[in-house]
Amino acid sequence: MITMKDVCKSYRVAKRNAGFGEACKSLFRREYETIHALRNVSFTISDGEMVGYIGPNGAGKSSTIKILSGILTPDSGEVLVDGRVPYQNRIRHVAQIGVVFGQRSQLWWDVPVIDSYELLKDIYSIPKKQYDNNLEELTILLNLSELIRTPARQLSLGQRMRCEIAASLLHSPKLLFLDEPTIGLDAVSKLAVRDFIKKQNELHGTTVILTTHDMQDIEALSKRIILIGNGEVLMDGTLEDIKRGGQSIDETVVELYRSYEI
Amino acid sequence: MKGMHAKRLRLYLHYVSINVRSSMQYKTSFLLTTLGQFLVSFQVFLGIYFMFRRFESVKGFTYGEVLLCFSTMLLEFSLAEMFGRGFDAFSGMVRTGSFDQILIRPRNEILQVLGSKFELTRIGRMLQAVIMFIYGVTHCGVHWNFCKMITILFMFIGGTAIFCGLFVIYASLCFFTLEGLEVMNIFTDGAREYGKYPIGIYGKKMLIFATVVIPYALVQYYPLLYVWGRRTETYLIFLPLLALLFPIPCLMLWRFGVRRYQSSGS
Amino acid sequence: MKKYLSFFRLRFLTGLQYRTAALAGIATQFAWGFLEIMVMKAFYETDPGVYPMTFRATVSYIWLQQAFLAFFAVWMVDSELFEMISNGNIAYELCRPIRIYSMMTARNLANRTSRAVLRCLPILLVAAFLPKPFRMEPPVGIAEFLLFVVTMLLGLSVTVAFFMLVYVLAFYTISPQGLRIVFCSLVEFLSGGVIPLPFFPEPVLRVLELLPFASMQNVPLRIYSGDIAGEEMVRAVGLQVFWLVALVVVGSMLCRMAERKVALQGG
Repeated sequence: MITMKDVCKSYRVAKRNAGFGEACKSLFRREYETIHALRNVSFTISDGEMVGYIGPNGAGKSSTIKILSGILTPDSGEVLVDGRVPYQNRIRHVAQIGVVFGQRSQLWWDVPVIDSYELLKDIYSIPKKQYDNNLEELTILLNLSELIRTPARQLSLGQRMRCEIAASLLHSPKLLFLDEPTIGLDAVSKLAVRDFIKKQNELHGTTVILTTHDMQDIEALSKRIILIGNGEVLMDGTLEDIKRGGQSIDETVVELYRSYEI
Repeated sequence: MKGMHAKRLRLYLHYVSINVRSSMQYKTSFLLTTLGQFLVSFQVFLGIYFMFRRFESVKGFTYGEVLLCFSTMLLEFSLAEMFGRGFDAFSGMVRTGSFDQILIRPRNEILQVLGSKFELTRIGRMLQAVIMFIYGVTHCGVHWNFCKMITILFMFIGGTAIFCGLFVIYASLCFFTLEGLEVMNIFTDGAREYGKYPIGIYGKKMLIFATVVIPYALVQYYPLLYVWGRRTETYLIFLPLLALLFPIPCLMLWRFGVRRYQSSGS
Repeated sequence: MKKYLSFFRLRFLTGLQYRTAALAGIATQFAWGFLEIMVMKAFYETDPGVYPMTFRATVSYIWLQQAFLAFFAVWMVDSELFEMISNGNIAYELCRPIRIYSMMTARNLANRTSRAVLRCLPILLVAAFLPKPFRMEPPVGIAEFLLFVVTMLLGLSVTVAFFMLVYVLAFYTISPQGLRIVFCSLVEFLSGGVIPLPFFPEPVLRVLELLPFASMQNVPLRIYSGDIAGEEMVRAVGLQVFWLVALVVVGSMLCRMAERKVALQGG
């Protein structure tokens, strides 16, 4: 499904300094620094896999996801998703993927959720039958029947997240990116979301890439873990590989980070 | 091909409908903002009115003529704002990363940016413009005929195209820097403010700038001279349509900007 | 007093950070000043007889207006402050040993001053060397100049004190955006920000001169060129002082009442 080979990406960022003297200096000259977000990142993911992509903040996770979704072009390296190069034909590529951002909403705020869904149906040119079937299935599995006629701004975070996830699956994508899907949710909603994602993967074989800091998510959903730190893939294995008997998953990860000094 | 355009139009109308439905959720706010828009333009009108109570004319142009000039410019600007607000407010989209959301959808980005905002409240300004237009039409002593009416229509089309093009330039610049963008306001708000008066009053150099660099004069000054009967060359009727070429380099800049955004991230 | 200075300093430094923004702002204001002068010039050349000011005075009015735009700007909304008030976070400020009115005033003054400082000198310097009709003339005399400085500070204070009322009123009611737009543009119009007040018809002008808006930018910008002089000048300055005192008294009183309300209800 996904092949990443030796992908590199760096950014130039302007420096901003504190204090009166520095502020005056910045009036006349700008300093830049280069940030190497990705250094020779390589991995392969097969159809239907569920992968947890973890690492501390600034490690390069969002850059990877952006490259895989076709939003960002890498400086060098090969990227293939479902036989396509993501950034080369953006429109054809993104029609096959779904994305859920935990902290940003894709639903229109003031109108009923179903209105946002109908707009998405138009955007993705989803055939009526497919749309109706998907909507029915998602409404049942995520318990949305009472929610979809409510405006998004009136929903609780848990309710909204369920609607967001449904929104990203209306067009039956083969690949799903989940970025912090359970952030801020109460325990019940978290379980509901995790259950659903597992079921989605079982029923439809959707490949799932999960980026999150919530390790319970990883534990519940993904057998495979890819750890990225300082732009490099530090570990590509399973949960069993890193767990040591008796430890909680959070402790495991902390130790993991420490051992790689990230 | 034809089917694709029809689909795009349908999608755009769908966006418009969802925008309108969203703002209708806040009826009082909508009405007050529309009223506010109307009153703001009204004050600009008052400024002109006060000046003309004192002065008979400015550089040979009478009150009625200036009103005609101002109202067409204002109508064009408000039309462009109503449809093109997505581009006009684009800096917010880049800053919050919402543009990534647009890239994630399998549709043309321009269509999506246009669809992201449709401000019906601009009707407040348009109403003000229409009232002034009617007043200007009846008070400028013009003998109206079919040719002159067509000229005005072409002015509207060309003028709106210019303002839309300027909004696209502004949005494209957001891909390169988020600071210092207010310079663009000189060309958009500046045109709205100083396009009140026929460009001729500003002198020759300004006229050249407004013909060659940003073709305001093609949609304001020259065709108006024809409408007011001061010039009779027929080509002036069609001059505003040349302004339809203006958005082309703007869209090229946009495409360049999108590509840069995709290679450098946010 | 020190704490207000540090509020001031923080806001001031934030304002300085944006170099490109400052340059762009200067260029923009320059263009606006230029265009505005051209409009006035067109009117002046059409009929100098009915022109109510000298052209020299108009030019300096416009350049000073642009240079010190931030002082008197009506569109400068401290959205951070508005948000703090509307979502109740302002209550946290009550935990600190400050008076909210003074804090808001210091913030607003700092905002305006930092923005003006960056822009006024470049604009005025260039304006002083422009070719004849556009050139900004030096002050007519030492006394006028000193008076100009004093009335500028007074005008700034009146402006800030007036807008303090707007912030304080936000404690009592959340005004919808539409109302705010109308209000701000009305203030701009009545204070001489669209066309200088002398261009208003006589009867209207006589009423306007008594309102606080005329005590904002109108007085100092015209005192500079001697457009307001003699008895008229004394009256104008007196009105400035009057409005300053009145607005501050009313504003701080309303603010004190609002503070008490917030403390009772918890925001």
